[in-house]
Amino acid sequence: MATHATTGGSLSALPGEPGVDPFAGVDFNELEKSLRRPRTLINVLLTGLVTCMTLVALVPLFSVIWMLLWRGGRKLSLALFTQLPPAPLEQGGGFGNAILGTAIIVLLAALISIPLGVLSALFMAQAPEGDLLASSVRFSAKVLTGFPSILAGVFAYGAIVLATGGYSAIAGAVAVSILMLPTIMLTAEDAIRMVPAKMKEAAIGMGATKTQTALMVLLPTAFPGILTGVMLAVARAAGETAPLLFTALFSSYWPFSHHHLDLMQPTASLAVLIYNFAGMPFQNQIEMAWAAALVMVLMVLITNLVGQSLSRRQVQS
Amino acid sequence: MAEAKAITQPPSGLQRVTDSVFRGLCYSFAWLSVLGVIFIVLRIAFAEVPAVRQYGVGFLTTRTWDPNQDQYGILPEIWGTMYTSVLALVIGTAFGVAAAVFLSEGYLGGFVFSVLKIFHVEFHGLWGKMPERVEDILKNLVELLAAIPSVVYGLWGLFVIIPLIRPACNWLHLKMGWFAPFGTDLSGPGVLPAVLVLSIMILPTITAISRDALVSVPPKLRMAAYGLGATPWETIFAVILPTAARGILGGILLAFGRALGETMALAMLVGNSNSITVSLFSPANTLAALLANTFPEAQHKEVGILMYAALVLLGITLVVNMIGAFILQRASAGLEGAK
Repeated sequence: MATHATTGGSLSALPGEPGVDPFAGVDFNELEKSLRRPRTLINVLLTGLVTCMTLVALVPLFSVIWMLLWRGGRKLSLALFTQLPPAPLEQGGGFGNAILGTAIIVLLAALISIPLGVLSALFMAQAPEGDLLASSVRFSAKVLTGFPSILAGVFAYGAIVLATGGYSAIAGAVAVSILMLPTIMLTAEDAIRMVPAKMKEAAIGMGATKTQTALMVLLPTAFPGILTGVMLAVARAAGETAPLLFTALFSSYWPFSHHHLDLMQPTASLAVLIYNFAGMPFQNQIEMAWAAALVMVLMVLITNLVGQSLSRRQVQS
Repeated sequence: MAEAKAITQPPSGLQRVTDSVFRGLCYSFAWLSVLGVIFIVLRIAFAEVPAVRQYGVGFLTTRTWDPNQDQYGILPEIWGTMYTSVLALVIGTAFGVAAAVFLSEGYLGGFVFSVLKIFHVEFHGLWGKMPERVEDILKNLVELLAAIPSVVYGLWGLFVIIPLIRPACNWLHLKMGWFAPFGTDLSGPGVLPAVLVLSIMILPTITAISRDALVSVPPKLRMAAYGLGATPWETIFAVILPTAARGILGGILLAFGRALGETMALAMLVGNSNSITVSLFSPANTLAALLANTFPEAQHKEVGILMYAALVLLGITLVVNMIGAFILQRASAGLEGAK
């Protein structure tokens, strides 16, 4: 109590010379918090403006989802998932081959990019600070993050379509894997780095080799984080159109020849189907594009949400 | 103590071999990914050598694209790419940074909190978590904008945006046709629908990176400004935004890189017309859209020329992205001192 009183007293006596009011030039009404004051008014107006802008920014999201449910949902039926795309002016049909094609391409791309991405990430996370190779890997991954998706297609066209002499699911998968790689690599590196150092040190202290440490301690502990990266990459890959346009091309048939899966022929995908059908002047095709978009967005969003919930679990543990 | 009973033991011969094999594998995969990227860049760069020899720099500065007369120029595409990206960046930045401020200031959480306060449940075990939850949901919603594939945005733009804005655009053209950006009417695909959709697509990038930059501004700077009597918005403009400026700028540049390389939405909405225009309502073309539309039907000779266009696109995006990444790196380093 006593100290309070002294500090209070000394404060009031502190400013200026004795006998002069230290707050002579201060208009205390300026400090009033009221909407009549321009400062407060501007503050409230700006808060309102920012709120409105944020809400406006979210309108497209709801509009897209609403249109997908409304225009695509009407068309949904089991036949869509089992039948082949219709010819112009033909009624009915489906996009079973496109769903299968997307699944095949994404799976192949994952088979290429997951081992490459996770093992490179393991190398980066384990490398000593300032290691030249590790920082070049990280730099390459960052370059790929901003790599335009169409250029992945251009590359796969030059390197695979021209070399093998035809459009194929493999070429599409290579193009897509280029786009998946940086996401997987960078999230996996982060996840491995997040593993507590004492767990790693305990393993080394037990006499574990670096491989045993990596396979039995680092990778299992970082697994949710790595899986998040894989899920995000898969979600992105499933929606990519540009790299498939002239690598996997499109096909109105199932990707089989002689009752065997054929990866070396043009393969349909949902994304390219949407692109092709959206530009057609036929009502049936346009409705089918909306239905395909609904199916694709559902696939992408579910994969995304699973990935996000996994990352939340990792933060908690 | 007997050797067999020890918990620890040195690795056996097999384990040593596995270890070196696995480490070699990691090492070689790391090399593989670096070499892969170099190979990709070089593959695109060298595929266009014949085209560069034949057309040289004139390719970049002429405006005809006529396979029959063997004349090719991509000036309209370069102009279209820049024009759409810059416009989209202006809109995307305004809304993206606004959303980032909204998220980082926690307005929604504050609002929910004051609603809860009316019912006196603001510290309730279940309800008390509401403000945080709602903020989280909002943040995820903005991120979901990035998750929707670009071809779906293209479809949406084609069947929702174009019919929606067409009457307004044609009215503007009628009333203000003397103003160059309104110089033509919107008959279908054109620059404005493409710009609108493109700005929606880059908004999440700007918001996510700007929000990170805003949140990492040390709280004591904010408290100091409040202590001097600044209103929250004076604080935001004078202290928080300038401190986070580098991070926000980096995010904007990365978004610019994304806008330059964005393909499908533009290929569907920009109209694919080989002309240089400032009108917002007339069709135009971009480098990525040119590649997407011409490549599938290209003859062997044209492929080389398209590769040249691809190299130009690669060059522009690489430069923009590298500057963006560099600024972001500097931004996170620059804040170290303030903490």
